[in-house]
Amino acid sequence: MQRIINFILRYRTTFLYGFLLFISLVFTIRSHSFHQSKYFNSSRWLSGSIYNTTTGITSYFNLNEENKRLADENEKLRSLLFNQAEDTLAAQYPRTDFDVIQAKITKNSYASPRNYITINKGSKDGLAQDMGVITTKGILGIVENTSSNYATVQSILNTKSNINAKIKHTNYFGSLIWDANRYDVVQLIDIPRLVPVTVGDTIVTGAMSSIFPENIPIGVIRKYGLNEAQSFYNIDIQLFNDMANLKQIYVIKNRNRPELLELEKRTADAQ
Amino acid sequence: MLSNPIILNAFRFILLVLAQVLLFNHLNFLNFINPLVYVLFFYWYPIRENRAAFLLIGFLLGLVIDLFSDTLALHTVACVTLAYVRPIIMRFCFGANFDFQNFTFKNSTRVQRMTFLLLLIIVQHTLYYSLEILSLSHFVLILKKILFTSILTFVICVLLSSLFAIENE
Repeated sequence: MQRIINFILRYRTTFLYGFLLFISLVFTIRSHSFHQSKYFNSSRWLSGSIYNTTTGITSYFNLNEENKRLADENEKLRSLLFNQAEDTLAAQYPRTDFDVIQAKITKNSYASPRNYITINKGSKDGLAQDMGVITTKGILGIVENTSSNYATVQSILNTKSNINAKIKHTNYFGSLIWDANRYDVVQLIDIPRLVPVTVGDTIVTGAMSSIFPENIPIGVIRKYGLNEAQSFYNIDIQLFNDMANLKQIYVIKNRNRPELLELEKRTADAQ
Repeated sequence: MLSNPIILNAFRFILLVLAQVLLFNHLNFLNFINPLVYVLFFYWYPIRENRAAFLLIGFLLGLVIDLFSDTLALHTVACVTLAYVRPIIMRFCFGANFDFQNFTFKNSTRVQRMTFLLLLIIVQHTLYYSLEILSLSHFVLILKKILFTSILTFVICVLLSSLFAIENE
């Protein structure tokens, strides 16, 4: 017994190192396969408010550019509004499946294989896990964790991201993933070989997801090739968004999602 | 005030964390290079350390940076390992002199100090980037990131360490 205690005392730093390394490796390996940690992420109070303060200072530097982007979007929306027939059925009974909440990015990241973005709205403003996030140009990611004032968003530039997408004006859909190589290119997989694909085709979100509405732009086809099994296409997509330069974003809340999930769960349970 | 080692190191801890998460994490030089400058904490820390306390401080430093960067536990693994292997690297760089009680950074040569810094950076970057991707199919990408980020980190650390050199250390 004495010798065991002596042994432990002698190598106590090595044991401590092993213990600390074990804890951090468990965290690391979990982060590769599961959701982001609920307690240790940048939407927490301390990191959230520090990022918010620095954004308050630096956001003045690109106000001009941001104003221009918003004015362009207003122009587009106004032209849509003026050209809309007054008494169509759609105008009388507008669909209100989706709520839109605007927010600003306080921390962006695109150089790591698992990128998370921090935004300045949280559960106080109605945000919750698994809401879609877009910009004026296209899709950005999905809300992963929320605190009361901040939220983290799993960017589409994340190897864990998997979003339903399709080729515009067709119903062929596949999964949108990222191979961690270039921050302006993502991959679309599982498009069958018989589908006619051309470089320059637009890719939009598909209807299979309860997170994003259909037809939100993603990007255009940059190049494509068949996968190893020669049966599906692997398509490289050039994103519309410049992921390195983002500020204003919109969070989309699907009002029917709880009902949809409940229905899907009941169906799965019944089997 | 700064002559008290505890206050001095707490001060360094906070400043290096802020510099890392607010400035260097967003550098994105050539779109992928973000130097990990907090390695300077391990370079500057007093030579005669309490090893257990040093391991715990390293763990805390990594955890705080991970919390800000949403890279849970990658920086922590790198930091804890740096804290553990630091005495080994020091003995390798400073040779037999290191075992004398009156050894300080001042009576080591510049080459020895640079080798010490470079070895710390290599250990840190190798661990960080291999665990970050953790897949053999991205082997070239991992090597590219380790190489270029190490070079930039080394350059910035040399600049910072000569800028903030403290006379009586």
